[in-house]
Amino acid sequence: MSPDLGELLKLSGLGDEAAFAQLYDATSARGFGLAVRVVRDPAQAEEVCQEAFLEIWRTSARFDAAKGSAISWVFTIIHRKSVDRVRSAEASTRRDTTYHQKNQPIDHDTTAEAVQASFEARRVRGALNTLTAVQREALELAYFGGYTHTEVATMLDLPVGTAKTRIRDGLIRLRDAMGVGA
Amino acid sequence: MNDIHALSGAYAVDALDDIERAQFARHLTQCSECRTEVDSSREAAGLLAETTAVEPPADLRNRVLAEIKTVRPLPPIAPDTSVATTVESAPVAVQVAGRPQRSWLRGLVAAAAVVAAVGAGGVVWHPWSDESSDLQLSAADQVIQAPDAERFPQTLENGAEATLVRSKSMNQAVLLTKNMPAPPAGKVYELWLQDADLGMVPAGLMPDGASTVLLSGAAADAIGAGITVEPQGGSHQPTTDPVVLFSFENA
Repeated sequence: MSPDLGELLKLSGLGDEAAFAQLYDATSARGFGLAVRVVRDPAQAEEVCQEAFLEIWRTSARFDAAKGSAISWVFTIIHRKSVDRVRSAEASTRRDTTYHQKNQPIDHDTTAEAVQASFEARRVRGALNTLTAVQREALELAYFGGYTHTEVATMLDLPVGTAKTRIRDGLIRLRDAMGVGA
Repeated sequence: MNDIHALSGAYAVDALDDIERAQFARHLTQCSECRTEVDSSREAAGLLAETTAVEPPADLRNRVLAEIKTVRPLPPIAPDTSVATTVESAPVAVQVAGRPQRSWLRGLVAAAAVVAAVGAGGVVWHPWSDESSDLQLSAADQVIQAPDAERFPQTLENGAEATLVRSKSMNQAVLLTKNMPAPPAGKVYELWLQDADLGMVPAGLMPDGASTVLLSGAAADAIGAGITVEPQGGSHQPTTDPVVLFSFENA
């Protein structure tokens, strides 16, 4: 029932705006949620998403299905833009605030995407349990916090090599638990 | 770098600073194992977004769909050609009225007190085959990795760093910044490419919080670049003394 995102990207690359609108509808809640998580400020998250979806449109013909899924490609762009945004002079003040702060409350919407996402979300949370606590911690600081591995090492009082290893190992475990990738 | 492969996970989740990111991107052109691992790590990382969905405001959709109408999708990257991607940044008036070049330069030199050092730049050679087209690198990364990329690093008095990377073959320039303070309220950083005849030509506005910015415009013939503080929306000509000035002449 859900559209083939790879197909929508291909059509977008040919200038099909309706196909792109479908792609937006299928990915915007997860994409916006990711941006909000990383940049914290919803207004900036909107700007980031606007820039990201524009880049997704512009580069849609360059998506290579042999390299990975369309959804991963979309989230990679949104994530990179979110991280670029949050790394600014103001970001240096973030390190002074507690990074153990509670998760922000998430609005649970009843759209089809939200329902689908929550089903998949349960699978992902289950897969995350296969990581060690320290791998989860390092990965979450890197992915959702937007910190560099060097910053993660400082924040967790680790040698630099340990942080990047935990991030890498955590991703490999997550990948294997979810059965994705090569 | 002892074990550059160890950066693959961090790279996949954007947990590298600009320098390491560029280094690892170069490494990827030579290591298919890392390419595979990065692709699958990105698949895994993308799954994390499943856990944080939030419905965006409806007008975001309207803005996105309106904006894509004004921009055409880029064609696929053809193999074996290093095509400089066109920059579809916000419309910027390119026309700069002829100005007395010398007096402008003198004014800039006087204001260069804010610049702690003038980088001499250097040419970096990378003798590997052009496999970058496989990697869907951003336009900025392509410039940074270009075989003829020249780097012009600067340190500002407040400790911020700004490096201009220019590739003549790609005819583009990229600005990398670190710890750059936010511009004053109501103001924006504007980027300029310096032309021998036209003087400072607008090269785009620096997005809030961005630390890597692709300059808009032809950089191959530029003799320098600069950053000034301008009112929101930018100016056709610099209205303030530059915060940073890069000179390409010494390269």
